Amino acid sequence: MKILLGLCCRPVVAMALLFILVVMLLALFAPWVAPYDPFEQFVEGLSLEGAPLPPDATYHLGTDLLGRDLLSRLLYGARTSLLIGLIANGIAVLIGTLVGLTAGFVRGWIGTILMRFTDLMMAFPALLLAIALAAIFQPSVWIVALVISMVNWVQIARVIYSETVALSARDFVAVERTLGASALRILFSHLLPHLVPTILVWATLGISTTVLLEATLSFLGVGVQPPTPSWGNIIFESQTYFTSAPWLVLFPGAAIVLLSLSFNLVGDALRDALDPTLKGRS
Amino acid sequence: MTAETSRPLLSVERLSIEFGEKRVVSDLSFALHSGKTLCITGESGSGKSLTSLAIMGLLPKTARLPSGAIMFDGKDLLRLPERQMQHLRGQAIGMIFQEPMTSLNPLMTVGQQLEETVRRHEPLSRRESKQRARAMLDAVRVPNVDKRLGQYPHELSGGMRQRVMIAMAMLCQPRVLIADEPTTALDVTIQAQILELMRELQQAFGTTLLMITHDMGVVAEMADEVVVMNQGLLEERAPVRTLFKTPQAAYTKKLLAAVPVLGTMGKPVSKTKEPVVLEVKDLKVHFPLRGGWFEEARAIHAVENVSFTLRQGETLGIVGESGCGKSTTGKALMNMLPYEGSIKLLGRELNGLKGEALKPLRQDIQMIFQDPYASLNPRKTILDLVGEPLLIHGMKNLKLRTERVVELLEQVGLSAEAMERYSHMFSGGQRQRICIARALALNPKVIIADESVSALDVSVQAQVLELLERLQKEYQLSYVFISHDMAVVERLCHRVAVMFSGQIVEIGQRDQVLGNPQHPYTQRLLSAVPMPDVDRRKDFKSLLRDIEVPDPVKPRNYQIPRQAYKAIGIDHFVAV
Repeated sequence: MKILLGLCCRPVVAMALLFILVVMLLALFAPWVAPYDPFEQFVEGLSLEGAPLPPDATYHLGTDLLGRDLLSRLLYGARTSLLIGLIANGIAVLIGTLVGLTAGFVRGWIGTILMRFTDLMMAFPALLLAIALAAIFQPSVWIVALVISMVNWVQIARVIYSETVALSARDFVAVERTLGASALRILFSHLLPHLVPTILVWATLGISTTVLLEATLSFLGVGVQPPTPSWGNIIFESQTYFTSAPWLVLFPGAAIVLLSLSFNLVGDALRDALDPTLKGRS
Repeated sequence: MTAETSRPLLSVERLSIEFGEKRVVSDLSFALHSGKTLCITGESGSGKSLTSLAIMGLLPKTARLPSGAIMFDGKDLLRLPERQMQHLRGQAIGMIFQEPMTSLNPLMTVGQQLEETVRRHEPLSRRESKQRARAMLDAVRVPNVDKRLGQYPHELSGGMRQRVMIAMAMLCQPRVLIADEPTTALDVTIQAQILELMRELQQAFGTTLLMITHDMGVVAEMADEVVVMNQGLLEERAPVRTLFKTPQAAYTKKLLAAVPVLGTMGKPVSKTKEPVVLEVKDLKVHFPLRGGWFEEARAIHAVENVSFTLRQGETLGIVGESGCGKSTTGKALMNMLPYEGSIKLLGRELNGLKGEALKPLRQDIQMIFQDPYASLNPRKTILDLVGEPLLIHGMKNLKLRTERVVELLEQVGLSAEAMERYSHMFSGGQRQRICIARALALNPKVIIADESVSALDVSVQAQVLELLERLQKEYQLSYVFISHDMAVVERLCHRVAVMFSGQIVEIGQRDQVLGNPQHPYTQRLLSAVPMPDVDRRKDFKSLLRDIEVPDPVKPRNYQIPRQAYKAIGIDHFVAV
């Protein structure tokens, strides 16, 4: 709690936190907040030529190619995107950290098997894997989240592995061994706190990449199934009309950028706040 | 005093250096006289290295110079444009750094680096510059010059690298050579070689030498004049003899008093009646090397048939140069790596114990590491760190643990307030005290100290040594004290074992081993120790010839012939 209060003292961080909170609330209360049904195709939502309408008084952010209200779709899309960004990315970070930490600390044949498997996953085209997985299972938001986390943990595992190897060679770990500390104690009490900065950076970076990966999957037809909106598939549906209807790409794009920027800012601040070695330094 | 009156070659006048608000060098003045050696000495943070960087114009960009001048050849170096400074560097003023590995480019051969340096300053042809490089390597006594020219830095030993560095700095025969801790990273015999070389070069080329060193022994061996610095201030500036005989500044007196001097300790208290706490027999440590399919399996034979006993309340020093296996022996004693042979702690065999079976024995044997910075987890408070062994060994109650930590901190001379703080808020000496408190937490009988005072300044080192002695008396502790520093070993140890190439070549009472060395290697080692005594300047010429060190890489199951020992006196054995 003290840490959270400390974070709010920095205006930029406070704004980022506020933005995340607002997006979360809007997503949660989308049915009440949204002005229209996100799936309804309005006849008056298209021009006489059948082109989408730019932002006006009725449709605050304009309409999409099928005459649906963009604002409502964005609000409902936030549900999918947040779910993917937080859950899928969270699982990926968790798997990556556990694999990297175990492989880096235990080494030996267990470490070799884990890391060779990681290399294999890295060499395997992520998209192909995602398509294969998504094709086997019935596509739904949860399956997409699972697929994304299966693909995204690899880089994190690599980074955590090499950091753990380096940390394990430090003297303070040797000291713990001479004191008779168990492996679990060394891992979670002494190694993990040092990995927090790396994990935070990857976790916050991962939010934007997972949201985009979800969009890619949607574009290929194996992601979140239309008409369910997500920020990513709104962009992909309409990117070919960027010149004639730029608002269709600009608004969801801005939402993704702002959200990942906010998470990055909060992550950075959290990293500093959690590092005791920075205390008493300017 | 003629040097004082003649015009100095280089003079630093009222130099101040600031980083932000902090003044790190303040109002420093001294002068370098042609063909002489000036040593700047002082403990860490005294500003001695920054001074040398200021002369070279290599201070970091964040440094500010509010006042002062550095006069060389009638020009103020501080106000010289960078292009002219570049021209001066290397040609008129050369510099040698502490770490020869990091100051050489690992991707260029020795020859390429030397030739490049020549050609940067003089319009010479490829052949001429090659010739110059070869001549310079000859002058620094590098054997097999032609082979060396084609080698990369990692193929050379530490001593050879430093010779190459010196050759590089001397290529254009600069008038001033600045050496910043040139021998600190080197073994004592290699240090003696480098010091001897620098003396010879100075005579051959008439170079003026500015040496930065923390080692009063090196100062006494090399200097004509000495500048003593402390926290950015000049404490004393005097000819070397005056400084050592009649130091004026209180700080100089304190510094000199703290320096342990080899051969001043006399006979130790005999501990032969005490019970044996640690018995090591035929200890062998081999590190298997990964080989190809058709290659013979090989291993690094790091420790071979080491045997010794340690009695209650006794300190055994293990000395030797890098790669002799002393630290590996220490790690084996802590069961930190697999070994052959037997280690008995209070009668219980340690070899083969693992995990839970080993845990209770950990209470009786503890280790203090070399680097107090690295061995304290920076993300934990001191309470967590010192209390950790108690927690691991079952003291779950936080209140009891806190009480014990306070008690331990007081024993090592720290106040209870330290508990809430993190390790980066302490100085090096305080950190080592924290490490000692942690090692004491479980009331061990034996403590392994691996170079535990090497990273500390002399005055701090003296305090930590005192602390170790006091704790030994209070708790009847036994120490295995691993060190490369003979004077420190003599100060603390009852018995000394000298290791060379994985084996003990001489072991016995400290006064006998250090005072009457029998093995040629011990003799060589002792003759290389620089003495902080201006009346006993040593001639290191005989050390310039390297001795042959056997290759530790041998076939995996190679059995070394058992070393025979000859008894010289009571409890004094020498390898034959």
